[in-house]
Amino acid sequence: MNEYTLPIIFGVLIGLATRLYMLVTDYRQYPTYLHGKIIHLSLAFIASGLGTIAVPAIMEEEFAAITFLALAASQFRDVRNMERNTLTELDAFELVPRGSTYIEGIAIAFEGRNYLVMITAFLATLAYLAANIWVGLVVGISAALISHKLMTGGQLKDIVDIEYVKPHFDGAGLYVDNIYIMNIGLPERQKEVLQYGMGFILKPKNFNARTTIANLGQRQAILHDMSTALGVYRDSGTPALVPLAKRDLDDGRVGVFLLPQEQDLEIGMAILERVPTLENAIRMPTKNLKEKVNKQDGS
Amino acid sequence: MEVEKYILAVITTNAAKIAGGAPIFTCETKEEMEFVAANLEAILDGIAHGLGEELYIIVKH
Repeated sequence: MNEYTLPIIFGVLIGLATRLYMLVTDYRQYPTYLHGKIIHLSLAFIASGLGTIAVPAIMEEEFAAITFLALAASQFRDVRNMERNTLTELDAFELVPRGSTYIEGIAIAFEGRNYLVMITAFLATLAYLAANIWVGLVVGISAALISHKLMTGGQLKDIVDIEYVKPHFDGAGLYVDNIYIMNIGLPERQKEVLQYGMGFILKPKNFNARTTIANLGQRQAILHDMSTALGVYRDSGTPALVPLAKRDLDDGRVGVFLLPQEQDLEIGMAILERVPTLENAIRMPTKNLKEKVNKQDGS
Repeated sequence: MEVEKYILAVITTNAAKIAGGAPIFTCETKEEMEFVAANLEAILDGIAHGLGEELYIIVKH
């Protein structure tokens, strides 16, 4: 035991607590399995250890020791690879796949969380050593809360208005509102589709949202999340029964066609509103470029 | 470029209108055509698309 033992234990615990706080299994069911959780907790332990030890290292003027933080970066890049590989492998066996944009988003989030754990542990230990344990606790908890806020991305309801529309047939063409989804020829299949099908219209709130929901990865994420939550009326070898999202080219609305096993509109709406807007799908063409162009034109 | 969609079979009640490379199934009635199309859809893991009253195609996506 020396003067740093308690602060280090304290920092590691705060870091682990932060990771636990961010590791919630929700309706997306990932990660559900115990082993997956243990991997993430062990990595968080390493991350918080690295963050914590940096503080005493600085105080003892062991500046060379700080270089081990560089190790951490490569270590956690592997986390992203690990997540990406696992999910991509599993995706082939999903009835409604996640799509690589969603997978990449999840993988990035897992990497990012480890860095947040490291920073939280670093700050908490620093506060402990600079002041006392109570200040350390306050700093640790606030850092954890901020981390959680940072890791919570946008939701679909922030960028689109959602409306329920019953799908209908025009000849062999399946439509949601006026958006063409696909051609289903057999009357038998058409009956199934009408019985189980649910349609939603996503109306973008602005120009940026229009580009975001046009992204194929974002659309696949919507289909995957809805199918996970409500179940899906399909099996392998029934390509006619496939949830699809198609776009109205005129105004950028997206028609979502789903085949849920559970016909619960209320839950469906709630899940749809909470579908994350994927980091890699978000585009903001109006934010910067257009303003600049307009300014140049004006001057 | 890889061809992603192709016509696996054509089912029709009016064979006069059809010619070409895909297997063609000529049926007597609309019911028979639907029966054949439903079976082929299941066997081939494709989708039966309707192109008018007397013509179905099975497409692999």
